Amino acid sequence: MTTKIKQLKRIDLIFNHEDDCKEILKKSFDRTNEEVINEMVNSGLKGRGGAGFPTGLKWKLTAEVKDSPKYVICNADEGEPGTFKDREILTRVPHKVLAGMAMCAKIIGSRQGYIYLRGEYKFLVPQLREELRKFHQIMDELNLDFEVDIFLGSGAYICGEESALFESMEGKRGEPRNKPPFPTECGYLNKPTVINNVETLAHSYTIMKYGAKKFRELGVKDSWGSKVFSVSGDTPIPGIYELELGMSVQDFVDDFGDGDTKAVQVGGASGFLVPRKRFAKSHIGYQGKLTGVSLPTGGSMMIFNSSRSMYNVLDNYLDFFQEESCGQCTPCRVGCQQLLKGIKAVKRGEKPAAYLDKLLKLTDTMRLTAKCGLGQSVANSFSSIVENFREEMIY
Amino acid sequence: MNNQAELVKDLAIEHGVKREELLPILQAVVEKDRYLSADAILKIAEETKIPAADVYGTASFYSFLDIIPRGKYVIRVCKTITCSMKGKNQILLALEDFLKIKLGETTPDKLFTILETNCLGWCHKAPAMLVNDDVYTELTPNKVVDILSSYKQEADAE
Repeated sequence: MTTKIKQLKRIDLIFNHEDDCKEILKKSFDRTNEEVINEMVNSGLKGRGGAGFPTGLKWKLTAEVKDSPKYVICNADEGEPGTFKDREILTRVPHKVLAGMAMCAKIIGSRQGYIYLRGEYKFLVPQLREELRKFHQIMDELNLDFEVDIFLGSGAYICGEESALFESMEGKRGEPRNKPPFPTECGYLNKPTVINNVETLAHSYTIMKYGAKKFRELGVKDSWGSKVFSVSGDTPIPGIYELELGMSVQDFVDDFGDGDTKAVQVGGASGFLVPRKRFAKSHIGYQGKLTGVSLPTGGSMMIFNSSRSMYNVLDNYLDFFQEESCGQCTPCRVGCQQLLKGIKAVKRGEKPAAYLDKLLKLTDTMRLTAKCGLGQSVANSFSSIVENFREEMIY
Repeated sequence: MNNQAELVKDLAIEHGVKREELLPILQAVVEKDRYLSADAILKIAEETKIPAADVYGTASFYSFLDIIPRGKYVIRVCKTITCSMKGKNQILLALEDFLKIKLGETTPDKLFTILETNCLGWCHKAPAMLVNDDVYTELTPNKVVDILSSYKQEADAE
């Protein structure tokens, strides 16, 4: 084994085995709600599921709504291709996630929480139930009237979209709702709801324990803190890594690539493909002050080396999307099918290469008119692959 | 199927008849019988007072809520990008070869069904598959044969 010249700093905030939730919660409960919300807002923590909404603001907005009951939901419907970090967090440090939920519940005034767990992770239920039993005991000891249940999904990617998730919990097809209204005022059962990603809740525990200042020692402006990344594909070291936000794709590839990396898919099938020539200028983080392109991500980093055909990669993504589209709105339902049919026709020579431009226009329409993030984001991978690897798409 | 009717009745009592309980009820039927029969759907509609079309509409939306008969062990092979890159098709061929059925089919003894599914979240240990709720990762054609053999033994022992 040769030692690498460059290695990104490994962070150990999420997975370290601190098990002092009761003390941390007690300490936080002694502070005013306003103080804790300010701490959360000042930390700059943004949603780690991928969308990046400021967590403190979400809690604040929901706390301000005068309606009851209110709900706290942990979104564990991790379905983005290439993402598996939430399962790891729920397996190794579920108590931190629950502590985050309890803190949120206290602030917004909620008595009922849920973990929406994807059906693919059903095997986790017994250990989570055991964890919940301990958690409810702590809630009793701290005198907080808050209970958390598990709600299982049944194999539908779209239910990771928050409003589709509510529909699913309400016993309906997982079809996203129009926004506004937003969950902060109209979520599960049309009641005010905070819905946070598993990792976001675990980070809120870190902030409660160490404070916003410590959290901001990591990361860069507008993308503070660390993030858990799921690394897969053509890499000698696939797995789960907590890294600082703001890194360039080049630094990531130097650390995780196999020496022959051709492209990296950042953010899963709904994210962007970064080709080699853009590695240095692309950074991982939320839109903001980063130079070059900043790529938000739920943490999925899929690495492709030069043995891979980008046509096959795109074909696989589109097959995924056309199956997982809920079918509710036409741009997404028909759009995904036509994109898949279209690239196959171009590859077989049944359509001219210029047909790809028509398909790119179709993705523009989908970005504008699809009802939810699924249909809108198909354009991300489609355009970044077709524009950078056009020669691989045509016959 | 009288059995499913009985089961639905028990489930309706256990869960109550609120719409929020529909998915858990559907899941419990599938957990036991591996699919929802038309009779089961009608019975759920009757017990919960939800229109049968809505019950069917909900059930048919979710890929894990099967509405056609499946084997005792439902195999779902992940076909999303990383598993696909790391040999998913070889796994599928090994399964088909061992069970003498094609993708989507159920063995005549009603023991196994082979299906594909989207990302299971084991990309770092690809290729992966589920057998009912159990996860198997870093599969090879040989490993798959061992896994299925143990399920066969389990079924024979019952």
